[in-house]
Amino acid sequence: MNARANFLAILAAVAVLAVLPSSLSTYSVYVLCSWMVFSIAAMGLNLTLGFAGQVSLAQAAFMGIGAYTTALMTMAGIPWPLAMIAAAVECFLIGLVLGYPALRVQHHFLAFVTLAFNALVFLVLRNEEWLTGGTYGVVGIPRPSVLGFSTNQQTGFYYVVFGFFLVLSAVLYGILRSPWGRAFQALRENPIRANSLGVDIRRMTLLAFAIGSAYGGIAGGLLGQLVQFIDPNSFTLTISLKVLLMVIVGGAGYFFGPYLGALLVILMPEFLRFTEGYYLMLYALLVIVLMISCPKGLLGIVDRIKLSIKLRQNPSATAWEQGK
Amino acid sequence: MTEFIQLLISGLATGSIYALAAIGFTLLWQASQTINFAQGEFVMLPAFFVLAGMHFLGLGFGPAILLALVASLLILGLTFKRVIIDPLLPHGVLPVVIATIALGILMKESVKQFYSAEAQPFPALFSERTITVLGAVVSVQDIAVLLISLSAVGLLQFFLTGTKTGRCMQATAQNPAVAEILGVNVKRMILYTFLINAALALLASVLISPIYLAKFNNGETLGLIAFIAAIVGGFNQIRGAIAGGLLIGVIDNLAAAYVSAQYRSAIPLILLIIIILIRPQGLLGKAEGRTV
Amino acid sequence: MNRRYFLALTAGAAFAMVAAAPFAATAADPIKIANVIELSGAGATVGTNWRDGLTLAFEEINAAGGLLGQSVEVLNYDTQTDAPTSRAMVQKAIDDGAYVILGPIYSGTVKVNMLVAQQNGVPQLTGAEAPFITGMGNPYIFRTSFGAQQSMPKLAKYLSEKAGTKTVAVAWSNDDFGKGGRDSFVAEMEKHGIQVVADISSEVGQADFAADVVKLKGSGAEAIFVYLHEEESARLLKEIRKQDVKQAIFGETTLMNQKVIDLAGDAVNGVRGHVGLTADAPVPGIEDFVKKFEAKYKYKPDHNAIKAYTGAYAVKFVTNKIGKADRQAFADALHNLTITPAEEPGILMETSWDDKGEINRESFLVEVVDGKQKVIETLPKL
Repeated sequence: MNARANFLAILAAVAVLAVLPSSLSTYSVYVLCSWMVFSIAAMGLNLTLGFAGQVSLAQAAFMGIGAYTTALMTMAGIPWPLAMIAAAVECFLIGLVLGYPALRVQHHFLAFVTLAFNALVFLVLRNEEWLTGGTYGVVGIPRPSVLGFSTNQQTGFYYVVFGFFLVLSAVLYGILRSPWGRAFQALRENPIRANSLGVDIRRMTLLAFAIGSAYGGIAGGLLGQLVQFIDPNSFTLTISLKVLLMVIVGGAGYFFGPYLGALLVILMPEFLRFTEGYYLMLYALLVIVLMISCPKGLLGIVDRIKLSIKLRQNPSATAWEQGK
Repeated sequence: MTEFIQLLISGLATGSIYALAAIGFTLLWQASQTINFAQGEFVMLPAFFVLAGMHFLGLGFGPAILLALVASLLILGLTFKRVIIDPLLPHGVLPVVIATIALGILMKESVKQFYSAEAQPFPALFSERTITVLGAVVSVQDIAVLLISLSAVGLLQFFLTGTKTGRCMQATAQNPAVAEILGVNVKRMILYTFLINAALALLASVLISPIYLAKFNNGETLGLIAFIAAIVGGFNQIRGAIAGGLLIGVIDNLAAAYVSAQYRSAIPLILLIIIILIRPQGLLGKAEGRTV
Repeated sequence: MNRRYFLALTAGAAFAMVAAAPFAATAADPIKIANVIELSGAGATVGTNWRDGLTLAFEEINAAGGLLGQSVEVLNYDTQTDAPTSRAMVQKAIDDGAYVILGPIYSGTVKVNMLVAQQNGVPQLTGAEAPFITGMGNPYIFRTSFGAQQSMPKLAKYLSEKAGTKTVAVAWSNDDFGKGGRDSFVAEMEKHGIQVVADISSEVGQADFAADVVKLKGSGAEAIFVYLHEEESARLLKEIRKQDVKQAIFGETTLMNQKVIDLAGDAVNGVRGHVGLTADAPVPGIEDFVKKFEAKYKYKPDHNAIKAYTGAYAVKFVTNKIGKADRQAFADALHNLTITPAEEPGILMETSWDDKGEINRESFLVEVVDGKQKVIETLPKL
């Protein structure tokens, strides 16, 4: 692909996102913020799922852990950058502890363990009222102040989220470009060969899961500050499935898949609002149709189109491309 | 002791319905590596077929059940397989998971939109009269539910091991390629599995709805419990699903009574994690060579 | 020079058009009422009732000429029973120019979105019953039904004075509805010196209530208080009858609901309790409303439909009273206001709001006899 064109396109997109809030309503800015927050969570899951090939159904649980950690720490007077770091580290460690035994048994078992974990986290958040406020949740979470500027206005906070969004995207890109990340892609394409080349599959997968979980934690921390209220219902299994939907609809394993998937999942109710009570039915139907027509997600469609153009231009040299 | 027996019998009756739903998971998994995230909705929907038959077509309870059976076989069996599973299976488990999650939403929302958002009473198949067993009060309904579920499972087991078609289905489940070579019509066998799953869903629906009531979002809780039961019992064995279902039914009651009501649903989850760690194939499952 | 003049003229004209646009819009556009409500997720059932009650009311209001001669447009926003979404939806409603917001019902979601409405000075009539809603000093929030801290004292008084209860067991639903009711009830029990000997929570969607009933039965309590959603109430009552529990059963509003009676049949007979607003209330206005509602929607409304219906008519009454669709004036006017059915038939029962947005109405003590609510006593306004 043309690297320079890609780079310019990304630069243009960043520039648009940087100036966009000034011309949007408060609601639209809020929606953009939640798009970026869920993109971060989906990016993390994409690392686990798209690159390491493991299904995690606990991304919402990690968001919850991150959100409660950040909220309770900042409300106790601890500076918010520290609270966010604590949330990320905590989720990373829990990811290690949870993933280590689960990945020992391989296959789809990480999915089952994380599913149970998510349901358990919900119960703890709801039942341990002394710590989490129980079913009533935590209200009045402070928005961070940056260099003395308060971000209580939606636009101010937008730039905080935007900053995290950019930095975490860049970090993920760096990870995937590092030797370690390349080993990952080798692993995804051919586990047996990667193993024979001395790649320790289990350790790599575990690390990917833990990093993905830390992304979930940061996303949760931001979500708490965005909504300024958290309760256990925001971190149920349903939300984990929603994040999974984002990754798959966008295209698992594609760098930009989560951004596109999150955009679609968050904006779809907007576009279908005119159908009144039928919008969820239509939404479900669209997802089914999309899965059937393109199981690799939206970016899978783009790939397929590119491939067919290439085939038309140069029908001979493509067996390898198709195999990929 | 009386208390314990009371909890045990109630738990077994509820657990047998979980088992019916859980068997569906294992059947579809065995036959086609499908994880059906809409399984809970599969159990919710047939009750509404019955209710629609009674209230809109004016049918009696019996004919309405027959109608629901036909509708279930067509929609939850045939259409589900042809339209959703067949095109998606070659692409692995994940697209199927997403599509069935969406299907669950679609079924739930359709019932809410076209029937009612309210819970509906459902006619009881059996008398709610109670008898006393060892000091515990048990309703005729509980016992009938338990017996019918267990005999349905027994029949299914007999069909799978005692008839030619059943053995072909098992061969298909164990190794489709070899079965194909041996002259088994693999596609038809997989279709049979989907039809059986649909019929079991109807049975579970008709058995549970008089107690649980019919409501569009009943599948949410039910599907999750059936899923846990299937994993605990053994994802690839029918008898595992039965054991898992009964066990979860009983444990849920005992946990609520003797451990903590607030954490009653945590106990099956913890059990699930422990089982995966020490016996990943489930209590009664067989270790699976196949990589997913 | 010419060119600069032209530019200035164009800019001036453009500015004038932009500035004039909102004024032109108010004259032609209908008054927008935002219905921010649970249409999917856990609250879909109550939210659907609410929406239907609200739709019915505004259809009637529009048919009778609208508000101040303008028609009313009801915009529905689905909170998905999710706090972040509900906040977004209230924000959207405000951006869309909502005059008044109605809903939502789930207390947790109201907790967050009422702050947004407050920041923007938009009056909000909520269906939530948790005590904290009116305890946060928000001048824009109004209830459409009793808070749990108002209804529980009435029940507690009955339990201690009329029924002479000394010990009680509580069965509650472990979500914000059940927890809110349970906390208020337990606090009232302490005030009246009644001992809570068993405190049993259950899950929403729970199928098997055998363990709950075993514990209730074994608690030795003289009375059992049940605070669950309709379906779970029905399942629990059936199990209570099955295990032949002898204690008296009490409830608050939902337990004696017609829906529970439809679902659980004979098992509800003998249940007593306090009812705030109910489709079975012996009030002519409510009986008429239920008839109209059933004719239109083919199901029996619950108290949430009545809350929304009366809420809509409160909006109508207050707006006509202040003579303009002004948010601040609306909020000021609804505080310390009493609306009687004589003034506004759509209010169904005489209703007062205090300075905190808390509501006050008559309420009822009822007993279920032969599958019907029988009013034992009508309790006056506080």
